[in-house]
Amino acid sequence: MIAVELFKLVWRVRTWFSIGLMCALPLVVAIFIAVTHLSPPPGQGSAFLSAVLDNGQLYPAAALALVLPVFLPVAVAVVAGDSIAGEASAGTLRYLLARPVGRTRLLVAKLISVTTFTLVAVIAITVTSYATGVLILGPSRASAVGTGGLSGSIAPGGNGLPTAGLQAGAAITSLSGAPLTTLELVERVLGAMAFITVSMLGVAAIAIFLSTFTDSALGAALGALAALVASEVLVTLNAASAVQPFLPTRYWLAWIDFFRQPIFWRDIQRGFAIQAVYVVVFLAAAWANFATRDITT
Amino acid sequence: MITTRNLTKRFGNVEAVREVSLDVREGDRYGLLGPNGSGKSTLVRMLLGLVYATSGEISVLGHRVPNQASRVLPEIGALIEDPAAYPHLSGRGNLRLLDAAGPRGERRTRRRRVDDALEQVGLAGIDRRPVRAYSLGMRQRLGLAAALVRRPRLLILDEPTNGLDPRGIKDIRDLLVGLNDEGVTVFLSSHLLPEVSALCTRIGVLDSGRLVLQDQLESLEQPTGHVLISTDDPERAVATLDGLVEHRDGPDLVVRAPDPAELNARLVRAGVRVRSLVVRRRSLEEIVLDVTGTGSDQFGVPASEPGGTVKAPPPPSADGAPPDPADADLPAATDAVPPAIPKPEIS
Repeated sequence: MIAVELFKLVWRVRTWFSIGLMCALPLVVAIFIAVTHLSPPPGQGSAFLSAVLDNGQLYPAAALALVLPVFLPVAVAVVAGDSIAGEASAGTLRYLLARPVGRTRLLVAKLISVTTFTLVAVIAITVTSYATGVLILGPSRASAVGTGGLSGSIAPGGNGLPTAGLQAGAAITSLSGAPLTTLELVERVLGAMAFITVSMLGVAAIAIFLSTFTDSALGAALGALAALVASEVLVTLNAASAVQPFLPTRYWLAWIDFFRQPIFWRDIQRGFAIQAVYVVVFLAAAWANFATRDITT
Repeated sequence: MITTRNLTKRFGNVEAVREVSLDVREGDRYGLLGPNGSGKSTLVRMLLGLVYATSGEISVLGHRVPNQASRVLPEIGALIEDPAAYPHLSGRGNLRLLDAAGPRGERRTRRRRVDDALEQVGLAGIDRRPVRAYSLGMRQRLGLAAALVRRPRLLILDEPTNGLDPRGIKDIRDLLVGLNDEGVTVFLSSHLLPEVSALCTRIGVLDSGRLVLQDQLESLEQPTGHVLISTDDPERAVATLDGLVEHRDGPDLVVRAPDPAELNARLVRAGVRVRSLVVRRRSLEEIVLDVTGTGSDQFGVPASEPGGTVKAPPPPSADGAPPDPADADLPAATDAVPPAIPKPEIS
């Protein structure tokens, strides 16, 4: 069943169209920056963007930061919201279940399919933006190095502000100022990719949960996005500090901590944990609903 | 093959299916008839484990549904209301995908089985066009092919000839009869009476969720004891058959005659020239209309009341049809032998 779901994912135009769009946004941004040589001043704009003029190799990180707040969650919510509701409204759900495909199996296969979609999207964004960075913004230019070049992004609750500039030459520095070897950089980019993929699973689980209640894929996707927007609002609200540690978007930016030296693990671990909780809770709720529901569409 | 006991399904306050005890035997071509909204689809979905019964029991191929549905369903090919397919994939792609989704879809034989099923439903020549571009009839055929891919022992088909042209309807009927000859039990629901009467050996009639009739079609379609005669000399015929003629319309007479051969001999002896002599049988339409009330999509008359449905008691001549005990306390309505108005559908 998992293979069947992946096949369906691969053969849908929507999959590649949305991934293409997500790859296109960083490309557009890169072109503007390269043409105007105006990057956001440190501390403003999207994470890492202020640094990419200095080093195009950092562009994947900047690109991920660009798509993370809206594009990626929207795409994931649309795919996950469609998972059961789309099959129900198309009428294919009843034929799958009469095959029979167990309802639990179907849910798990759908989650794996959505996870795969997220991972492929993140990989595609990373690869295309690396190429974009190197080709359009150019590899690192020592001449452009200035102090505070990498200070554009500070994770909430980060430890210590990056202050120092780049070390000499092509080396890439961490946010904390220490240089990173290429191997370390690759490891950290992979870590960030994994973390971002996992960060999306909470949204995916919420959307799949809603998808088992309705025949409207759009309704499920928008419902999950509404939950995210609510979470984003509460994350910035001081009065809501009591619930903040449990919000699905609370640790979304913790992937930036992969680029500190040493890696600042606390928020990363919490981010993984909170997503795991969301997946377990909402998938269990989805299962409880779906397994007992009459299929009348 | 399929037995249900006192099967009931309630959606909120609405009882879609009430105490249905179905009995489909191996080798049957069973036709489930009933007006729109009488619960046919809900019943079919319960047999397939898609809708859970409120009370009652279902046994299909000797296993309990829905608890053991995963053991039963691989043996069943189903068409559940409209066919459904992934519109961006080709017909073949859809069948392969669906086959890969469940158990018993061996990859080794998949290509063959898909091609065989497409050929059976008359789609052998389809190309790589996506299903999006298919006509309604092609989709219907594809839906039937999907039901046949795993070579099931039991076919459960909801309105299988929906959207097909007369040629398509005949093709599918021949296909189903052929499969039935090979041992496949066919259970279909329909509101197209001519379809069921041409195809089925056994029927059940649902009305407002109740199974009001279930019997072999042959025994239901007994002669009514009436013979239609058309003659050039109706006066002489009436005089000869004094007292037996119940109705006269120009040259056509309706004669009460339990033995049509005897009637014929009598007319010949009297020298009456007879153009045609037809033994009247109860048509399926009469049988169904007798036992059903108003369709649930009709309003203005009390369609169903707590006590039951207003309907005509079976006519006295219908010995083959066991009167539903529920009918006993119902008021009599309409005349015993309703005039046969050709009507393709009940509604």
